[in-house]
Amino acid sequence: MEIYQVSVFVENKSGKLADITDVLSENGINIRALCIADTADFGILRLIVKDPQKTEKILTEHGFTVTLTRVIGAAISDTPGGLSAVLRILSDAGISIEYLYAFIEKTTDRASVILRVDDDVKAEQVLSENGIELIGGDAFHE
Amino acid sequence: MFFNKKIETMAREDLKKLQAERLRKTVERVYNNVPLYRERFDEYGIKPEHIKTVDDLKNLPFTYKTDLRDTYPYGLFAAPMRDVVRIHASSGTTGKQTVVGYTKNDIDVWAECVARAMVSVGGSSEDIVHVSYGYGLFTGGLGIHEGATKLGAAVVPVSTGNTARQINIFKDFGSTILCCTPSYAMYLAEAVKESGISPDELKLRIGIFGAEPWTEEMRQEIEKGLGIKAYDIYGLSEVCGPGVACNCYMQNGLHVQEDHFIPEIIDPDTGEVLPEGESGELVFTCITKEALPLIRYRTRDISSLIYEPCECGRTTVRMTKPCGRTDDMLIIRGVNVFPSQVESVLLNIEGVSPHYHITVDRVNNLDTMEVQVEMSPSLFSDSVKVIQEKEKTIKQALLSTLNISVGVKLVSPKTISRSEGKANRVTDNRKNR
Repeated sequence: MEIYQVSVFVENKSGKLADITDVLSENGINIRALCIADTADFGILRLIVKDPQKTEKILTEHGFTVTLTRVIGAAISDTPGGLSAVLRILSDAGISIEYLYAFIEKTTDRASVILRVDDDVKAEQVLSENGIELIGGDAFHE
Repeated sequence: MFFNKKIETMAREDLKKLQAERLRKTVERVYNNVPLYRERFDEYGIKPEHIKTVDDLKNLPFTYKTDLRDTYPYGLFAAPMRDVVRIHASSGTTGKQTVVGYTKNDIDVWAECVARAMVSVGGSSEDIVHVSYGYGLFTGGLGIHEGATKLGAAVVPVSTGNTARQINIFKDFGSTILCCTPSYAMYLAEAVKESGISPDELKLRIGIFGAEPWTEEMRQEIEKGLGIKAYDIYGLSEVCGPGVACNCYMQNGLHVQEDHFIPEIIDPDTGEVLPEGESGELVFTCITKEALPLIRYRTRDISSLIYEPCECGRTTVRMTKPCGRTDDMLIIRGVNVFPSQVESVLLNIEGVSPHYHITVDRVNNLDTMEVQVEMSPSLFSDSVKVIQEKEKTIKQALLSTLNISVGVKLVSPKTISRSEGKANRVTDNRKNR
């Protein structure tokens, strides 16, 4: 199962981000992971949630601009060098990373990293071949 | 089809004779009844008897909007108040309001102009005319209303506002012709889409839009969004109201109701009449109005005139779609910019919403112009780079058309105000400094 990230446009104006999180809160949507990209003019809120399709629908209905993007997930050890191992493998395979964000899991000693790359299939293949544990959508979505 | 075939297809020579005769009467009327005209004609050394043909028109002085304001409210009326049956006033968006009056005959002429316009785009007494122009002092609502009534169509006087009700009326009443401002038509098209109704479910087939400048690109958007043919109607309250000119079904220029209004195109700086086909400021002389027959009224609209016969069979001159008003024009770092140019550029870029707002400012003595554009699904991406590239495309398209660099700001969808009347697309902060 693939991981789908919900990306939401955030106008660079105070209160705009809270407008989005309010909608999520009112609709009982829990954020599993998030990252915000920001420029001088606008931001993009990237979310990993349980039901990306439903979240997309609700946010769209509330007038936000939303898109779903396929991302990949990798489990890394929560120790120095954990992320570096993953990045080196991708770099060696000539895969470009658009962006990534990582988070630590509550119960284990590992961290998860969400990656947006230019070639998902190849990235998953090389990571897997190099002994990196991939995280599927079932870890986040239902 | 014609509402008044005899007039609308009259040989140009005969039309000129008719115009000359009516012009002579009008000049005499204003000279005798309106002190401002008498003084001004005297100043120019012109007596009514000097005006014999339409060609003599160019010797007469212009009338300006300020003349209406200076003689506020009734100073330019050429008929006694006992003959005046209607008063309208301009919205005052560009200053103090101006007051216009009509006699019974003026109202009849106006209604005839609107009825001719409706027939020229394929309307008939079978139609259900949905009027979403504002009713009241604004000439849009009542003007269209009287014209549709004269045609014998069924008029639904919805007026502006309450968009949900507008859509219900489309559905339940079976409106076939929609009349409103183009920006409101755009808004209605968007609302129809959001309510999940396909344009095919509606009986709407014709839209007659006016009261503000709009572009060819916007016409196409509206046509697609509402499943109609969209036509341009032109008019201004000082001259009459909507119906001074209108597209025919050919959608190629607007036929001027020349038996009532004589158009000229002049150089706005020198006041000289420009050669046929050249673009300049549109000037109208009313030749049948009784209450307010303005002579050579400076509309400030930019247009040109096409004298070649139209395929529809009408012999009347056509004016090109006004591309803006001389007073809408922004001067940014010495370059003339019309909001309509920005609209054209934006609508030519796939996925850009037609709602925009221009903010002009002066920072360190340098003019700045920022165009706010709403984020749309096709502009959006999870990647900053992709969005910035699209932003750059918009900037470059604006630069190549306007010849100045313009800032582009992406804002949340539906945050640029939708207008139910005339759209307000420009904020010029330089005026407040």
